[in-house]
Amino acid sequence: MPENASALHLVLTGDPALFAIVRLSLIVSISATFFAALIGVPLGSLIALTRFRGREPVIVVLNALMGLPPVVAGLAVYLMLSRSGPLGSWGLLFTPLAMVVAQTVLVTPIIAALTRQTIEDLWLEYRDELTAMNVGPLRRVRTLIWDARFSLLTALLAGFGRAAAEVGAIIIVGGNIQGFTRTMTTTIALETSKGNLPLAIGLGIVLITIVVLISALAWGARRAAERFSG
Amino acid sequence: MSVRSLESDLPICFSEVGIVTSGVAILDDISLTFSADAPTLLIGPNGSGKTTLLRAAMGLLPVSRGRITWGGREVSPPTRRAIMFQHPVMLRRSAAANIRYALAAAGVERAEREPRVVELLTLVGLEPLAHRPARRLSGGEQQRLSLARALARDPAVLFLDEPTASLDPAATKAIEDIVRAISARGIKVVMATHDLGEAKRLAGDIVLLHRGRIIESGPAERFFAAPAADDAKSFLAGELLI
Repeated sequence: MPENASALHLVLTGDPALFAIVRLSLIVSISATFFAALIGVPLGSLIALTRFRGREPVIVVLNALMGLPPVVAGLAVYLMLSRSGPLGSWGLLFTPLAMVVAQTVLVTPIIAALTRQTIEDLWLEYRDELTAMNVGPLRRVRTLIWDARFSLLTALLAGFGRAAAEVGAIIIVGGNIQGFTRTMTTTIALETSKGNLPLAIGLGIVLITIVVLISALAWGARRAAERFSG
Repeated sequence: MSVRSLESDLPICFSEVGIVTSGVAILDDISLTFSADAPTLLIGPNGSGKTTLLRAAMGLLPVSRGRITWGGREVSPPTRRAIMFQHPVMLRRSAAANIRYALAAAGVERAEREPRVVELLTLVGLEPLAHRPARRLSGGEQQRLSLARALARDPAVLFLDEPTASLDPAATKAIEDIVRAISARGIKVVMATHDLGEAKRLAGDIVLLHRGRIIESGPAERFFAAPAADDAKSFLAGELLI
């Protein structure tokens, strides 16, 4: 990657080093969002639809964890994966997989908390009808998740946005190793500190474009679905 | 064929039923029987307990005192009962899919669902709107769809909570015609209304409620011709029951 190339030149010429960074960033953030959704949607639904002792403190903590500082998430995952940590033997530290784990930790509370609120609101609306139809617990959950799918898609987007934009967690557990664990955000931080602003700006443009494109796709899907399913 | 309960939920008997919520008696000392005959209309001013009585009869509310039996049983899953709420909630899918959902929830086999969807949409006059999102239907159309969804359960008894409360005369007539048609099919209809004209048009029996208690009940003809209770006479004379 030429040090003095302009931001626009790097983006428009499809600079291989730049796009390797973009590719890794997308793989890490999309994977983390996927795993966070696998955990967060069922967890949020469970909290929304069950009553248990200590439920309200759980909700308060879950909502608070939406603001979990990335460096703290990164530190926690670092301690787990470091050689002396309980999962140190897995040898994951400073690998893309460790970055996925850290971002999953960061994004899961966001998806779980937003799912809990969405499903609980919809359940209040549907409760009488589904109870009168004698709908069993499993079908209830399926119905609520399906009918709330576009609101849940927004929750996933919020999670993806958080993952794609954060730098603190992945720089701790990934190490920002060139060609291996370097992502858009860690590169922007590094190149800015080195004074290589064109690359930092180029990556910034790509990052914002990706986030806007994904948001636009989700918005389009939501509008289309509203037209067809109400 | 789907496996449906062959036991009848009728008669539904209330014996000295009381329902208390947050220390307030919503229903008090209710004893009555819903039998398999002409529609029973629950009338009375707002807050008289009509909705609570319907929900209790549906089995959606626990009683605080007394007991309710369905076909002689104290516990009876609502497989042959259905209710249409005053403000029905449309599921976020098409009109046809709303009915399909109710059929699936009632345990109707997949192969039998499509003909039933068409039959029910036709019954309520919504066949041309089958694929329209249910939430985009007008108020009257949503009420009719809700009625079709309730009928998807193949109920022996159908509870209707003020189904025409916010409808114009044409939409009201459409609902009343459907109520007559399903009653003629042998489905017991128990319906709440505060429209005396509607009660006269539809009722076989009347139950007049006020402040959670039964003021008078009996055949509609006798009730409208010669009410016995003073409050019933006042109510029929158009006076406000407070």
